[in-house]
Amino acid sequence: MTLSLKELSKREQRLTPGHRLCAGCTEAIIARQVLMATEKPVVIAQATGCFEVSTTIFPFTAWNVPWIHTAFGNAAATCAGAESAYLALRRKGKIKDDIRFLAFAGDGGTYDIGFQALSGAVERGHQMLYVCLNNEAYMNTGIQRSGATAHGAATTTCPAGSCIPGKQHHPKDMTMIIAAHDPPYAAQAAPHNWKDLITKAGKGFECGGPAFMNVISPCPRGWRHETENAIDLSRLAVDTCVWPLYEYENGKFSLTSDSLRIAEGKKEKLPVIDWLNSQGRFKHLTKDKWMDTADAIQEQIDKKWEHLMKLCKL
Amino acid sequence: MNIGINGDSAIALAWKQIDPDVCAAYPITPQTIIVERFSDFVADGEVETEFVTTESEHSAMSVCIGSASAGARTVTATASAGMAYMWEMLGIASGMRVPITMAVANRTLSAPLNIHCDHSDVMSTRDTGWVLIFAENVQEAYDNAIMAMRIAEHKDVRLPVMHNLDGFILTHAIERMTTLDTHAVKDFVGKYKTDHSLLDIKNPITHGVMDLQDYFFEHKYQLVEAMENAKAVIEEVFEDFAALSGRKYEMLEAYRCEDAEYVTVVIGSTAGTMKEAVDQLREEGHKVGCIKVRVYRPFPTEKFQELLSGRKMVAVMDRHISLGSTGPMFTEICASVIDAEDSPDVVNFVYGLGGRDVPVSDLKEVYMKMIDGSCKKLNFLGVRL
Repeated sequence: MTLSLKELSKREQRLTPGHRLCAGCTEAIIARQVLMATEKPVVIAQATGCFEVSTTIFPFTAWNVPWIHTAFGNAAATCAGAESAYLALRRKGKIKDDIRFLAFAGDGGTYDIGFQALSGAVERGHQMLYVCLNNEAYMNTGIQRSGATAHGAATTTCPAGSCIPGKQHHPKDMTMIIAAHDPPYAAQAAPHNWKDLITKAGKGFECGGPAFMNVISPCPRGWRHETENAIDLSRLAVDTCVWPLYEYENGKFSLTSDSLRIAEGKKEKLPVIDWLNSQGRFKHLTKDKWMDTADAIQEQIDKKWEHLMKLCKL
Repeated sequence: MNIGINGDSAIALAWKQIDPDVCAAYPITPQTIIVERFSDFVADGEVETEFVTTESEHSAMSVCIGSASAGARTVTATASAGMAYMWEMLGIASGMRVPITMAVANRTLSAPLNIHCDHSDVMSTRDTGWVLIFAENVQEAYDNAIMAMRIAEHKDVRLPVMHNLDGFILTHAIERMTTLDTHAVKDFVGKYKTDHSLLDIKNPITHGVMDLQDYFFEHKYQLVEAMENAKAVIEEVFEDFAALSGRKYEMLEAYRCEDAEYVTVVIGSTAGTMKEAVDQLREEGHKVGCIKVRVYRPFPTEKFQELLSGRKMVAVMDRHISLGSTGPMFTEICASVIDAEDSPDVVNFVYGLGGRDVPVSDLKEVYMKMIDGSCKKLNFLGVRL
């Protein structure tokens, strides 16, 4: 697929302006990029969360496409239900359209409460692109830690205290966990790199089975940064290898875009301290007292990066 | 045709004849035979159903809601802990007005772990907005599975329906049953068409919105009206089913109640045993009768008032207890008869928890205690104290 901004700007607006997401939130940016990746009809299932509540407050809706929300921990199962209905009704000749199924959930709805439903849906092979809008905490309920929250980050349930400096555990590697299910397609993406993201979403829609995308989603409220910095932070996450861009396609791992260039030595790998310094949620880690934590984070990021490069045979 | 079949297989047979679009399946005793038998029909190409073997009951009900919202006729089955696990989704199914039908093989809730019959599972869902129907025997379990679909899908109702059958006592017991012709079943349930399909890409609809203080209450009130509407629809479906099968059902079935002074109210398979107790006591000259509850939601308040007014005493038989209170049916029947002109004394018997056997002799004792005036308000039948 050749992507040009000119072409993309002509695509139907499936998520319309007027939704109530915060200024500087990247969720709508990600969703619009994902929805630009196919011109086929799309049916969306969404987990409870910021994106759901801010786009569908009755009697308004920001959605120009069929959309369903049922609960928090079941976006994959709800989507699977709609897709199963589609298969049955299509087989009986009651539906002729060639529809794509899309699920959106946050990291809480993916890494934690929705994990089982997602794992089951991937195992059963439903045709569905599942996109995790990963802002690394339960932002809709007020910034509580999730299984995706970064080591050392302060949230309202793992605050930076005088004895404990924020979250004490590394996040789950959800993209690898889903890749271990061996679906036709899985990927990590970031919204600053629209070309990479839309290309991956396009592959996800057309892979013929379950596809998973984990997309980092900077959150000014939860990460404590200025609203205009969201896209810069998305880029910094990639440049520090905190959030490598890669894909798992038909059993093969590949780095993409800037992450590939870093691995090939064509682009500088920035130190994680730049990432920690960029957001209020890590502010406490820059104190001498907690430098050990900052070092441990760098060590973990390096370890994961080395492992990923090996998987990508680089 | 007359066949010998257990309750679970009878429901699977009803589903085979209906050939629903989607079935979500997760195993839990004593429901499992339903989805096992149905998977045979799927594997042998005897139905066209999309069979979704979910990884949990929460996902099973989520699949059902997604599927029914997409305009597919959708069924599932569960029991006990399984229903507890999907509980969150039960209110979402009714709130989203999707006409799912679900077989529930009634089994107690843990702890202690026990796989046998009582009504603690279904009674814990009575506020979730599902129509609740019960069976006395395998024939009724089969018939209810067919009628449930018509009730759920009726435009004045559009609510999910649970059709219950007592775990093991009915699910696993082989009884003689008369089947209906498959074409007749298909004609009876008709074709399902929703007006608001999630798959209607030309008319995109947002399902499952955020609904705040300014609209939520009105939307909930629509469920109140749908439940009220269900009463007339259920009667209509029972009439049509009688014309098809010759089996005429009522929301409340009165047995030998014409001149009865002492009446019990009972749900499920125990009704059969209760009728035997009534027959024996009638032989002995006692004026006794019993009322079998077929439909618990919507609660047939007016019918209870009609049937119970003027009795000397009524014993409400609950196979569940709301701990710290009484059996749930007891309080609802008290509320139903409180403003009746000739309101009876009402007492409560909690019985059969965790599958404790309920012999005729125990049920006769309920009547004898009413007759000799030794009942307390809340009584426990068949427990070693």
